[in-house]
Amino acid sequence: MEFSHILFLGLAALAVVAAFNVILQRNPIYSAIGLIVVLGSLAALFLTLSAQFIAAMQIIVYAGAIMVLFVFVIMLLNVRAEETRMDKQKYLKWLAAPLFLALLAEVMAVVRYVNLTPQPLPSANGAANPQEVLGTVENIAFGMFTDYLIPFEAASILILMAIVGSMLLARREKKEDVERIENALVAQQEEEQKYEEEVAV
Amino acid sequence: MSSLLNSIDFQYVIGALVKIAVFWIFIMLVVAYTVYAERRVLAVIQNRLGPNRVGWQGLLQPFADLLKFIFKEDIIPLAVNKWLYVLAPIIVLIPAMMVLIVYPFGPGDVPLPFGADISHTLNNLGASFGMSWNIDLSKINLYVTNMNVGLLYVFAMTSLGIYGIVVGGWASNSKYSLLGGLRSSAQMISYELALSLSVIAVLIQAGTLDLAKIVEQQQGWYGFKWNIFQWPMFLPCIIAFSIYMISAIAETNRVPFDLPEAETELVAGFHTEYSSLKFALFFMAEYVNMMTVSVLATTLFLGGWNGPGVETYKWLGPVWFLAKVFFFLFLYIWLRGTLPRFRYDQLMDFGWKVLLPAALFNVVLASAIGVLFL
Repeated sequence: MEFSHILFLGLAALAVVAAFNVILQRNPIYSAIGLIVVLGSLAALFLTLSAQFIAAMQIIVYAGAIMVLFVFVIMLLNVRAEETRMDKQKYLKWLAAPLFLALLAEVMAVVRYVNLTPQPLPSANGAANPQEVLGTVENIAFGMFTDYLIPFEAASILILMAIVGSMLLARREKKEDVERIENALVAQQEEEQKYEEEVAV
Repeated sequence: MSSLLNSIDFQYVIGALVKIAVFWIFIMLVVAYTVYAERRVLAVIQNRLGPNRVGWQGLLQPFADLLKFIFKEDIIPLAVNKWLYVLAPIIVLIPAMMVLIVYPFGPGDVPLPFGADISHTLNNLGASFGMSWNIDLSKINLYVTNMNVGLLYVFAMTSLGIYGIVVGGWASNSKYSLLGGLRSSAQMISYELALSLSVIAVLIQAGTLDLAKIVEQQQGWYGFKWNIFQWPMFLPCIIAFSIYMISAIAETNRVPFDLPEAETELVAGFHTEYSSLKFALFFMAEYVNMMTVSVLATTLFLGGWNGPGVETYKWLGPVWFLAKVFFFLFLYIWLRGTLPRFRYDQLMDFGWKVLLPAALFNVVLASAIGVLFL
């Protein structure tokens, strides 16, 4: 039993328990906090794999930025607990089990067939032991701006497009647009009422 | 089991824990006396006396305050969400404290007085329990660890502190707390951008995120080769320093950006419903965060532990370091005694329309200088 094993087991158990907490809690704010714990323990797991940069990014981007917005929205809308209404898309629950099995099979296949010994990345400073510098900022940056330059730039353009797109969607609407959207909303509400009446019958 | 106790990892962890404990106690003392200094300095600025009764010149006041906080009745209002209400102060304080493992108090490899004797005694003690320890304390690093991603680690941890404030405000189930929590998180998210962008000028100069290495690179010139003095990066570094200080004050919710705790409109903001030790934890976290941004300002812009005489007497390093950090802590108090509070829309406009474009422009300027001169 090495020290790293104990660390791994503890962190992995924490991640799994918190992940169950995410899906089993009724109150969305508890789920959000569970998700933050999952992200935190994953970051710590990355650290044990000497992927320091990824660990820091995991916390900064996911736990520090995205989840703050989640919690923000939950608080602003003051969502108390999951509403116990009937699900409109009942067939989805039959998809859950096969999807889970497919995912599990995929993980198994990866574990079985992929070579898991860490490959030394092209080291920026020509360090003697590539294992030592595997996840450092220098190494990741070196890979990002040489071998993986095109995917990296493509991903950043994609994100820029998403930002511009959301700006476009959120901009102030013109008058006819507002009317069109209001009409659509009224139609939707009528439809929902009809549905509820049917359910009541 | 004995193989576990003998392993290098285990010894490393124990050593790190001892070091963390020492630094933690030190930081707690600094925090306690910053509160005391704040009350005394504010009193001087406002032409009154301040606490001067407990001990000589009131120097034992922090301990009296701590005892008072511990023995006060801990009120948990009926309508709160109990779990989150209790959890919130802890969520604020723990990330704030976790940052202290990368504080570069001083240089590495400093000779510890009696270090050889202590390590000899410890090794003998281990041997008497059948352990083969190999502890060497003759030279120690005056920081707990030097991470490759040190600066990112600091930003990651400080960004987690927002949760405590948001959750505390929400769980209190009171309109003042909720508004305070929302204001605080909006403010911290807004100013985090300018803060993170401002340090890029220093990173281009240093070429590393490791705080210990950033300080080491500023050695020389009789201890004055600080980043804000170095040709040709001094211009972007000075701009970055100003942006950093302004957004750091906003990040820590201090005057003149203390909107989340604006007592004239929000009672006490997110900690309105908190009392006793839980309130004290929020209070402590605020001061630890002040310390953290001061440490970062010192490390990144003012040469960290560098100063006259450090090359020959390495133990002068922590002295210079703390002198610079205390200067920033004093600046906080000075500002609090001088400036009135911003209005909320002014605060947001300033953050998004002035500081963020300035920080972006500074990134471009620093990169241009980096490409042309470095």
